[in-house]
Amino acid sequence: MEVYLDHAATTWCYKSVRDMVVKTMMEDYGNPSSMHRKGVAAEAYVKNAREIIAQCLKVREKEIFFTSGGTESNNLALIGAALANQRKGRKILTTGMEHAAVREPVKRLEELGFEIIELPVNEQGVLSVEALADALSSDTILVSVMYVNNEVGSVQPIEKIAALVHEKSPEALFHVDAIQALGKYRIYPGRTGIDLLCASGHKIHGPKGVGFLYIREQAKVQPQILGGGQQGGMRSGTDNVPGIAGLGAAVKEVYRDFEKKVEQMYQTKELLVNGLEALDGVVVHGMPVRQGAPHIVNASFLGIRSEVLLHALEDKGIYVSAGSACSTHKRSKGTSRSSTLSAMGIKPEQQESSVRFSLCEETTEEEICYCLQTLEELTTMLKKYARR
Amino acid sequence: MEYRAFLIKYAEIALKGKNRYLFENALVEQIRRSLQSVEGEFRVRKEQGRIYVECSSGSYDYEECVQALQRVFGIVGICPVMIFEDQGFERLTEDVLRYMESFYPDCSQTFKVNARRARKAYPLVSMEINARLGEAVLDAFPKMRVDVHHPELLLNVEVREKIYVYSQEIQGLGGMPAGCNGKAMLLLSGGIDSPVAGYMISRRGVSIDAVYFHAPPYTSDRAKQKVVDLATQISKYCGPVRLYVVNFTDIQLYIYDQCPHDELTIHMRRYMMRIAENFAVENKCQGLVTGESIGQVASQTMQSLTATNEVCTLPVYRPLIAFDKQDIVEIALKIDTYETSVLPFEDCCTIFVAKHPVTKPSLKSIQKSEQKLKEKIQDLVAEAIETAEVIEIGGK
Repeated sequence: MEVYLDHAATTWCYKSVRDMVVKTMMEDYGNPSSMHRKGVAAEAYVKNAREIIAQCLKVREKEIFFTSGGTESNNLALIGAALANQRKGRKILTTGMEHAAVREPVKRLEELGFEIIELPVNEQGVLSVEALADALSSDTILVSVMYVNNEVGSVQPIEKIAALVHEKSPEALFHVDAIQALGKYRIYPGRTGIDLLCASGHKIHGPKGVGFLYIREQAKVQPQILGGGQQGGMRSGTDNVPGIAGLGAAVKEVYRDFEKKVEQMYQTKELLVNGLEALDGVVVHGMPVRQGAPHIVNASFLGIRSEVLLHALEDKGIYVSAGSACSTHKRSKGTSRSSTLSAMGIKPEQQESSVRFSLCEETTEEEICYCLQTLEELTTMLKKYARR
Repeated sequence: MEYRAFLIKYAEIALKGKNRYLFENALVEQIRRSLQSVEGEFRVRKEQGRIYVECSSGSYDYEECVQALQRVFGIVGICPVMIFEDQGFERLTEDVLRYMESFYPDCSQTFKVNARRARKAYPLVSMEINARLGEAVLDAFPKMRVDVHHPELLLNVEVREKIYVYSQEIQGLGGMPAGCNGKAMLLLSGGIDSPVAGYMISRRGVSIDAVYFHAPPYTSDRAKQKVVDLATQISKYCGPVRLYVVNFTDIQLYIYDQCPHDELTIHMRRYMMRIAENFAVENKCQGLVTGESIGQVASQTMQSLTATNEVCTLPVYRPLIAFDKQDIVEIALKIDTYETSVLPFEDCCTIFVAKHPVTKPSLKSIQKSEQKLKEKIQDLVAEAIETAEVIEIGGK
C-alpha cells in the first residue's frame, strides 16, 4: 500500500491543471508579450488566471503578480517592501518560526542595516500578540507573520495582528506568508488588512515553479527582477503561461466544495492525532486538532531519530517528512534541528525525533489506519535499537 | 590550421616484452571507450609502435577530446599532431612554416627541430631535415633563435608513410590501461577514501567492481544514490563497474544485539569483507580493495586491520595505506569525487558507532565474541548475498 502523507511538501496535480498546462504548452504556446494573435491568445490565459485569483481573494486583478513560487514571492515582498520604504523607518518585525524563504531574506535585510526583531512564539507555535504590541512602534515599516506554520500547522491570529499593526504602526506593511494556508482557509487580504500575501501553486494541486504575490495597491514594493517590464514592471520575464494557467485552475478547483474538503481533512487529522497519542512515547506538537491547520500533524517519537523513522516508513510505502522537507538542503551533520520547534521551546531530543505528517482532502481513513498500525510495529522495533 | 589528430605516448607498457600487444590493445580499447562520450567521430589506430587518434568526422570538440584522453590510464603524453601528405620537401617546408605561424603567432621562442626518418627511402636524412627546416624557420621568423639544449619549442617532424608534425605534449595520467592487470572488488562506502582507492588501483591496469553496504531505514536512498554517483565518476577512469548493493541492516542489528558495543565496527567490517570476497570470487576478481589508511579511524589501526584482514583469503589491496587525509582529499578533488563524497548522508559505518570503539582489538577476543553470532549469522549473510542488488555502471 502506498500512502503519501507529505502533501505539505508538495502534492499531485488536479486533472484540470494538467489539461491547462498541456494546452498552453502544445496549442496556445504564444508569448503574451507578442503583438500577434498567438500572443493575445496566450495573454488570455494569464488574464483569466489573474481574474480567478483576484475573485477568490476578493481583491483587484492588478494587485496580483505572478512569480516562480513561494520563495520568490516572499523575497520580492520582503526585500522589495523594505527597500521601497526605508525612508519611513528601518524596523522590521518577524517571528521565530518563519520558513527559510522569509528568514533568509530578512537576514539579508539585517546585513543591509535594517533592524530586525524576532518575536517569540508559545509552546503551541502561536505568536504572542502582547509581544507584538510591545514591539510595534512608529518606525516599524514591515511586519512578517506566516499564516499557517509549515512544520507544526499552527495558525496565527492574522486578523488581530493586522488590526494591531495598523493601529500602532500606521506606516508599516503587513506581510503574510500564506503558502500553507491557501486552499485551507478563505483568505481576504483586502478586508483583513494584509498588504502583502504570498502563495505557491504546488501546495494546492497546481504546478511547481509558479506562485503569486498579492500587493495592496497603495503598498510600495521595489521590483527585484528587472527586464522586459512584464507585469507592470513589478516582475519582468516572459510570463510562465503554463504555470500561471495551471495555478488559476488549481485555485478555482481547490475552493470548490471547500467546507466539505476541510471537514474531511479535520476528520482524518483527528483520527491520526488520536491514534498517535495512543502510542507509547509519542508527543504531538502544536495546537489542538481543530484549532490548528486541517492538514499538518507534527509528532515526536521519543528515542527514534526522525530520519530513521522516515526511511522505515518509506520502506512500508508511507511517505512523511522529517521536520520540513525544504530544510533538507540546509542540514549538515548534527544540526538537524528545526527552527519552529526550537522557537516553541521543544527539547532537542524531541526535535531530533519529530516527524511531520501532512494530509490532503483525499487522504482516507484506511490510509491513516494503515499508517498508525505500521507506526506501532516500527516504533517497537526501532526503539530496541536506539543508539546506546 | 587546426589539430585533427593526436599522437598518444605511452611508457611502461612498451617494456612488457612479448605481452606488449596485449597492453597496446587494451590501451586502444580504453581510448575508444573514453572517446565515446565526446562530440565527433574518431579512429584509433596502432601503427609501428605508435597509437594515433584521428578525428574522422567533419567537426569535433578539441577540449573534450583532450579531457577524455587525459582520463585514460596508460597514456603518458598526448601530442596534438598535424599530418601532411608527402609532396616533396619544398611543400613540407611551406607546411611547417604555416604550422608555426598558426600555432605560435608571436614566433619569438628558442627552438630546435627534431626530425625522425622512419621511412628510410626518404631522400633526406634526419640531420639534413633538421638543418634545412631550421634554416627556413629562422629565415621566416627573425625573432626565433636556435637552442639545441633547452629549446622552448621542440618541433618534431616524423617522416613515415605521411609526415607528422607536432610540438606540444599534454601530460596524461600514466599508469596502465584498465583491464590489462585483471580485476578487483572495491569496498565502496560513499566517503572520500574508497573512490580514491578504486582510482589508484585502477591506475595500475586493474578493472574494478564494487560493493556497497546500505542499512535501510538507517541509511537513505540518497546515500545509495551518492554511491552510484561516485561509482559513475570513477568509471570514467576505470571503465565499467558492476556495483553490488548489499542490505546490511539485519547483520548489523544482530551484531549490535550479540557483541560488545565497542567492537561493533570491527565485527561489521569482518562481515563486509567476507561478503565482498564472496562477490569477488563470483566475478573472478583477484583481490579486494579498500580505502583504509593506517590510524585514520579506530577501525583502521594496525590491530583493527589485522582483525578485519584475517577473514579474507584473497589479498586485500589498500592503496591509501600510508596516505595522509589531505593527500587523499587532493586526489579526490582531482578526480572530481570530493564534492559528492562530502554530501552529508549517513552511511552504515557511522550509525550505531560506539562513543569509544576499541582501537587495539586483540584477534582472540574478537574471535571469541564472534562465536556469539554462530546461531544466525550464516543465514543472514547468505540472505544478504542473495538479495543484493546489482547495478551496472558505465555501460557494459
